[in-house]
Amino acid sequence: MKKESSVSYSAIMKDGIIYQNPVFVTVLGMCPVLAITTSVMNAVGMSVALLFILILTNVVISAMRKIVPSEIRIPAYIIMAAAIVSCADQLMNAFTPELYSMLGLFIPLIVVNCIILGRAEAFANKNTVVASFFDAVGNAVGYGMALLVMAFIRELVAKQSYTFYNPFNSTQSWTLNLLNGEGFLNLNILNIDASLSFFATPAGGFITLSIVLATLAAIKSHKASKKAKKSALVKEESK
Amino acid sequence: MELIAIGFGAILVNNVLLSQFLGICSFMGVSTKKSDALGMSFAVIFVLMLASAITWVLYNLVLIPAGISYLYLIVFILVIATLVQFVEMVLKKYIQGLYKVLGIYLPLITTNCAILGVATSNMQNGYDFVTSMVYALCIGIGYLLVMYLFAGIRERLATAPIAKPFKGIAIALLLAGCMAMAFQGFAGILA
Repeated sequence: MKKESSVSYSAIMKDGIIYQNPVFVTVLGMCPVLAITTSVMNAVGMSVALLFILILTNVVISAMRKIVPSEIRIPAYIIMAAAIVSCADQLMNAFTPELYSMLGLFIPLIVVNCIILGRAEAFANKNTVVASFFDAVGNAVGYGMALLVMAFIRELVAKQSYTFYNPFNSTQSWTLNLLNGEGFLNLNILNIDASLSFFATPAGGFITLSIVLATLAAIKSHKASKKAKKSALVKEESK
Repeated sequence: MELIAIGFGAILVNNVLLSQFLGICSFMGVSTKKSDALGMSFAVIFVLMLASAITWVLYNLVLIPAGISYLYLIVFILVIATLVQFVEMVLKKYIQGLYKVLGIYLPLITTNCAILGVATSNMQNGYDFVTSMVYALCIGIGYLLVMYLFAGIRERLATAPIAKPFKGIAIALLLAGCMAMAFQGFAGILA
């Protein structure tokens, strides 16, 4: 019995991270994916904030699923989410001011992020608290992964280096040079600046996401055709 | 003069969809037909104006004097959710024609981040009432403009030969990127 339930929890997590990835598969909550992925640091901050908020909303909504009448459940969810996001907003403003100023409007806007209400409606109001917790972790990790993929591509192409800083004390910062003068792969051979700052602009965000989605679709169709060929081969052999 | 600069910036330079990335879900979801795009845009303008006015009054005349401005998020989202319900009921009862056009788009607006985003940025920028209303209207016009143009392109896209991996949302994002590039050009006019 115990083994069975642990298997289903890992299945719930896998669903959120891979098979039902909120960004790459179901295409939900796109605004922050495009807006704040100009640097890896932003993406990490947003992912951690969303992880905490989604776990709290999912757990609270799941715990109260039998008390809240189903006619007013959506407004109730929105208010619970707003209360939790308000706390996160105030905490980030107090302790991580640099990160807060970079993420700006998108922390309060987590309230209307489709993922919060989507998970509440699709999962938390039908399942136990523990299952909802794992669903929240899976989805937040899946979402964070998408943010990180975008941010790694955009910051590398736009700046050719990564800059990290201690979120609690922004005077401590580190820069990881990759493709520029001091990096291990020097693209400035002829003293030509090879950075494409275009990828840090809004237009670059749209185009990066488009290319990432198309690449994933291409990989998927390639895998599917391989599988189909294999099964056709097996059938022929068995004949 | 300042109002003109804010309005012009909101429509073209800092376009709500292409530069501020607010309301991308509706941008991708309801822009496959020009008529849908228009209906959604007018619903957004309508709710955006009303919500900006009410949230401005509540924030400046109730929350700040009471010293509870940190509750703004809960108040704003409540206002928007009830407003959308209320507008839907009023339209259904008294203005049947408009309800037929906007009705199906209204429920989608509660979770459209453009509404909450504009209400919050009015507050953060400390705009007075007139400026907030002009800003909200111009954001709405910018939304309408981009939605309509984008829907026009996507209608033609339906019959275009597209590489298989780009079918669906990927080609739409690529197009949006090209539009965003064009709109970035407007930044030069204002500066």
